[in-house]
Amino acid sequence: MAVGKVTFTKAEREKLAEVLWLLNWISVVTGAILFGLGIFLKVEIQKWQEVMSEQGILYVPHMLITTGLAACGINYLGSKICLDCADTNKFLRWKLVMMPYIVCTFFFTACVLAGALLCYSIRGQLEESLYQGLRNAMRFYKDTDTPGRCYLKRTLDLLQIQFQCCGISGYRDWFQVQWISGRYLDMTDGAVVDRLRSNVEGKYLMDSVPFSCCSTISPRPCVQHRLSSASSDFSYDHQRQPLNLWRRGCGQALLDHYTGVMQSIGLTVLLIWLFELLVLTGVRYLQTAMENVLRLGDPESESDGWILEKSLAETACYNFDIIKNLGKCYQVDDDPNINVPSVAAELEVPSQQVQVQS
Amino acid sequence: MAVLKVTFTKTKRDKLAQVLWILNWISVVTGAILFSLGIFLKVEINKRGELMAGRDIQYVPNMLIAVGLIACAINFLGGKICYDCVDSTKFLRWKLIMLPYIVCTFFFTFCVLVGALMCYGMHWELEESLDMGLTQAMRFYKDTDTPGRCFLKHTVDMLQIEFQCCGNNGYKDWFQIQWISNRYLDMSKKEVVDRLRSNVEGKYLTDGVPYSCCNINSPRPCIQQQITNNSAHFNYEHQTEELNLWMKGCRQALLESFTHIMRSIGFTVLITWLFELSVLTGVRYLQTSLENVLRQGDPNSDSCGWLLENSLMETARTNMSIIKSLGKSNQINTEYHPTNCRFFYENVSK
Repeated sequence: MAVGKVTFTKAEREKLAEVLWLLNWISVVTGAILFGLGIFLKVEIQKWQEVMSEQGILYVPHMLITTGLAACGINYLGSKICLDCADTNKFLRWKLVMMPYIVCTFFFTACVLAGALLCYSIRGQLEESLYQGLRNAMRFYKDTDTPGRCYLKRTLDLLQIQFQCCGISGYRDWFQVQWISGRYLDMTDGAVVDRLRSNVEGKYLMDSVPFSCCSTISPRPCVQHRLSSASSDFSYDHQRQPLNLWRRGCGQALLDHYTGVMQSIGLTVLLIWLFELLVLTGVRYLQTAMENVLRLGDPESESDGWILEKSLAETACYNFDIIKNLGKCYQVDDDPNINVPSVAAELEVPSQQVQVQS
Repeated sequence: MAVLKVTFTKTKRDKLAQVLWILNWISVVTGAILFSLGIFLKVEINKRGELMAGRDIQYVPNMLIAVGLIACAINFLGGKICYDCVDSTKFLRWKLIMLPYIVCTFFFTFCVLVGALMCYGMHWELEESLDMGLTQAMRFYKDTDTPGRCFLKHTVDMLQIEFQCCGNNGYKDWFQIQWISNRYLDMSKKEVVDRLRSNVEGKYLTDGVPYSCCNINSPRPCIQQQITNNSAHFNYEHQTEELNLWMKGCRQALLESFTHIMRSIGFTVLITWLFELSVLTGVRYLQTSLENVLRQGDPNSDSCGWLLENSLMETARTNMSIIKSLGKSNQINTEYHPTNCRFFYENVSK
């Protein structure tokens, strides 16, 4: 009732060992690729860290980095084991290590799969983080003299130029923040004071945007001020001039960028996971085949290899019992050295004192 | 009186042939590198093609490409020759080709050196070309509706943003050009008409610059209009304000970028030239020592190898007289007329 039973001749076993040795070395390379992908993602996230409100999504690249390093280590050990498995004598060296090794690798491949799924599921958290972060960045755009925020203006300008976007959802977001610092406003000017008084919070709000919102593909010089009144500039009608400013919002632009990166990385990690699973299956077959050869005693004979010795349900029950017994190891039922009053003990004849005849 | 004579044992000759075979293959790789450097330079120059006018500097990358391809071919042939030179019998196959091959390779290495020097010497032509090209581009900045010039605005804006520069020599160059098209000027306003009338050519000149000149490191929002008017902006003094706009001129910025690329490429080509020269010297030694072995008759004996059989002066004289006699080959030479037997016997006995 073994699961996936296959019979191996001696030549087949040796061939399997050689192939697995090669595949394990390829897996070391894919582990290094995983590590590289983690580093790349970390660098990409840290580039625009200032416009993200929380750094929580850094756990995705950290997971990829640790998984990559673990993959290199595990597959290096696996290649050493498989190289020795071609010879029955050398296999004895590894006999006790192989079962724990296979169990560890099984859990490790589960981690790889978790890493791949994380890459796809992070989108929601990323979206929230980006929108909140961009809102803060726009609010602190003018605070170039406050320590900790002095480079937010530069970062936001660079972002808008590089990703060809403006504001969070569109250029009108700039109309609701004061992005010109009070240091550069002439408080003696009546117009300025009026504008400051015109809203509850005393902010200097205008219908203008910073220069970084200007589109490079516009045929006319950039119109960044008095955007909502159509009579501001000659022949400028903001409804019919789509090319003047970038239309896309930076939230959407950044989200698209990161989603693209993560989807490619996720796909690569999935492929690596499938490969690792393949290698693990091969190692399991090799282990069971070699153990059966040792059990039969004749190194030249054929032997069976399988994935599980019994069916899935029986193996599960068996492992569950082992775990239960591990939990019971300090209970006194079975230990003969402890004096526990029991029914049998009460029936004992009380021992007589032996009188010493002096 | 041979120049730099070296004695070779049989094993030394074999070793030399093997080493030269490997070096020739490495030279094929360096030839490929030269080729790709030429392609890279060509792409970089074409990227900024709209901003370069007048001078044609495409000859530098074209030369690098040609030299790279020839290097691959010559060194591939050299590798085959050196591989066969280990064995004296196989050498006979190549015996007649080797001297022409060495002469060709000598002139080719000379071309490589010329290529390296051209990389360093391109500087001045490039500067002139950029100067003219940038002036023209800025003049046609506003002509986004003229076919052939509609993308110059985009090109100049991207250039100023990417290289962090403004204007040709500085931002004041924009004050002398009309960079706002008449299509966007309200001719009904008096101030616009006044400005147009204020200069001889009827151009709308302002002390403003395009938005792409804005410096992202500035702590205050960008001031791009009325730059020289201190009273138009609060707390602003244009003489001391350095962070508002990019201060560097675009000609300077582009020139620096290209000079850096050219210097790296020139250095790589020089290294390649030295390597080719050393391979050529080795092949010459191998050729002369194998020829001497054949002359002596015993394949296992020692033989001498040299760079030139006679001294430099004598070799030059011999080659000159060969070239002269090539020219005279159609003239009838009476000295060696077969009926002049006395002269003939006198010469034989010497």
